Amino acid sequence: MPDKDTENRVTEAEDPEFTPEMNPPARDATPEEVPQKAGIIQRFLAMPTDSVAKTLVVAVAVCLVASMVVSAAAVALRPIQQVNALKDKQINILQVAGIYDPEVNVIEAFQAFEPRVLELETGTFTDRFDPAAFDDRAAADDPEISVALADDPAGIGRQSEYVTVYLLRDAEGAIDKVILPISGYGLWSTLYGFIALEENGNDIFALQFYEHAETPGLGAEVDNPRWKALWHGKKLADDQGELQISVSKSAPPAGDEFHIDALAGATLTTVGIDNLVKFWMGERGYGPFLDNLKAGDI
Amino acid sequence: MAHKRRAMLIDPLVDNNPITLQVLGICSALAVTSSLKVAFVMAIAVTLVTGFSSMFISMIRNQIPASIRIIVQMVIIASLVIVVDQLLKAFAYEISKTLSVFVGLIITNCIVMGRAEAFAMKNPPLDSFIDGVGNGLGYGLILMMVGVIRELFGSGSLFGVTILETVNNGGWYVPNGMLLLPPSAFFIIGLLIWGFRTWKPGQVEDREFRIQTVEAH
Repeated sequence: MPDKDTENRVTEAEDPEFTPEMNPPARDATPEEVPQKAGIIQRFLAMPTDSVAKTLVVAVAVCLVASMVVSAAAVALRPIQQVNALKDKQINILQVAGIYDPEVNVIEAFQAFEPRVLELETGTFTDRFDPAAFDDRAAADDPEISVALADDPAGIGRQSEYVTVYLLRDAEGAIDKVILPISGYGLWSTLYGFIALEENGNDIFALQFYEHAETPGLGAEVDNPRWKALWHGKKLADDQGELQISVSKSAPPAGDEFHIDALAGATLTTVGIDNLVKFWMGERGYGPFLDNLKAGDI
Repeated sequence: MAHKRRAMLIDPLVDNNPITLQVLGICSALAVTSSLKVAFVMAIAVTLVTGFSSMFISMIRNQIPASIRIIVQMVIIASLVIVVDQLLKAFAYEISKTLSVFVGLIITNCIVMGRAEAFAMKNPPLDSFIDGVGNGLGYGLILMMVGVIRELFGSGSLFGVTILETVNNGGWYVPNGMLLLPPSAFFIIGLLIWGFRTWKPGQVEDREFRIQTVEAH
């Protein structure tokens, strides 16, 4: 108790509003006793504020306390944050596959999908990684399994050689839809999303971005259900296997079935999406996988 | 004392508003007001950070050496902002996604440091906390006013609920695209300052110089 009293006394002694009545003398400490009894804290508080030693001690102490608070918050909340991020991704996969129901538990509904790790170059599944533990974002930064792109129309910098794809099977066990992750740079940010294709590997079922920072009301209209609905039923490639899909202001010569109308007022976001869809659906993206899918090899 | 504290809380709303009178925190007011929901969360986050950072800084104000006081303030403010960001990510994931980088930018919000330096360094903790909350609320009030105008006329909705059916969605309202871009907040805040100063002429600043009349020779 006496220690606490002395501590308060020092603080309040420097307070402009301090009045003697506010601070009764400490109970059993006479002035001579205080210096002997005083611990490190009292001696520190009594130091002149602008001395070099005090400056250093205050700087170190503040940093130490602040870093402990920050790390405690980060560590304690990480599990909840990871659950949130995973749930958000799963909801987006459910939505793009058209089977999202807010009433149904996300984790249960997600059991409908079969996650597989795909090797992009060969277009075949690999068992090298566990799909449940494979992190696509981390993989793109891992020099072992990713490459830096010199020619990079989608603006993603590095591309992982492996990605997680999600298969949705029908009642007979045949593939109904495949959900493929896509990403690319828009105007302000990298857009991350999924494209859902029908079992023939050519018809688009839906496209959805789950993370982006485009201008609200302009580029962020990529989230507008009316615009997203335009993707439904479009085709990627023509009968000769040429990639014809295009997101642009005017319809390309190939015809309406390969064309998604651009977003008004968001030219650069639209160009970004056009580039990223062409990149991911092309030879360097899911091209080999889609060929295998069409040939029925999956 | 109670009256003085109430004044500390109420004053920054209109009479001593951080945005319209002190003209602080404009940068973030431009960035986060295009949607009301984001502006609302930002207002709460700034209020909490300003309140608690003022309180903590005030608690140790007599021990902070003058030579490193700004750094000490920044360390406390930045730590609180990171904690707020982590809390949002854990308990309001959707909103933290829309706010993204702007939460981190609370650190650079001049209001937080302005209150720490101008008030918390000289006043006891409880008063500083109230002053910080009051200024946060004053900032939030303007944020909401700008947000209402920008979201209603820019996207035709309030808090994401459609009020004016836009052409994009098959309605009649052609949204004003300029309101969705940051510069529009400049015009709105400028008009608000004009409105506040017409209402309370005491807020008008003195002219820095006066044009003199020249006598004819």
